[in-house]
Amino acid sequence: MNIWLEILLYTQIALSGVCLYRIIRGPTIPDRMVAVDIFGILVVGVCAIIAIQTGKKYIIDIGIAWVILSFIGTLTLAKYLSGKKLNE
Amino acid sequence: MAAIILITIGVLFNIFGCIGLIRLPDVYNRLQAATKCVTLGCCSILLGAFIHFGFTDAGIKGLIAIPLLFFSATVAAHALVRGTYHFGVKMTDRSVKDDYKSDVK
Repeated sequence: MNIWLEILLYTQIALSGVCLYRIIRGPTIPDRMVAVDIFGILVVGVCAIIAIQTGKKYIIDIGIAWVILSFIGTLTLAKYLSGKKLNE
Repeated sequence: MAAIILITIGVLFNIFGCIGLIRLPDVYNRLQAATKCVTLGCCSILLGAFIHFGFTDAGIKGLIAIPLLFFSATVAAHALVRGTYHFGVKMTDRSVKDDYKSDVK
């Protein structure tokens, strides 16, 4: 059970590496922004699995904060992409 | 044991989403494949964390992270694809329909 959870944790971290591949290699700018968005969601899963495996409960708080910051960052990037000012 | 099964299902969905992020030909296809699968997978992982911790403080925090993640990820993806369309990224040449073009003008 514990070994299996560790395998799942390393798989999830490897998927974050896949997103880094798309960030480096992406042909256009929106490809990189999509990969940053997906990376921010995947990190929440990594935080939850680490919190289960090590028993440290405060790591879930880091996940919640990461959700909100990733949401604000992605909205700012989308606003920048569509070419408008931030108060429109 | 149920927590382990839920986390396994979530990681499996994440794998499918990341395969879509790598393999699909277009930024719109990549976004619609990756966002849905990864959002559902991470919601499943957080539900597994809730079942593992029970009704303690960490379990309740995991439970309230699920609707937060669900709504924020979908709204962010919608805003991102709208910005991408206005930025002027072309669709792939195998796509057959573009309904949003008549709405923009």
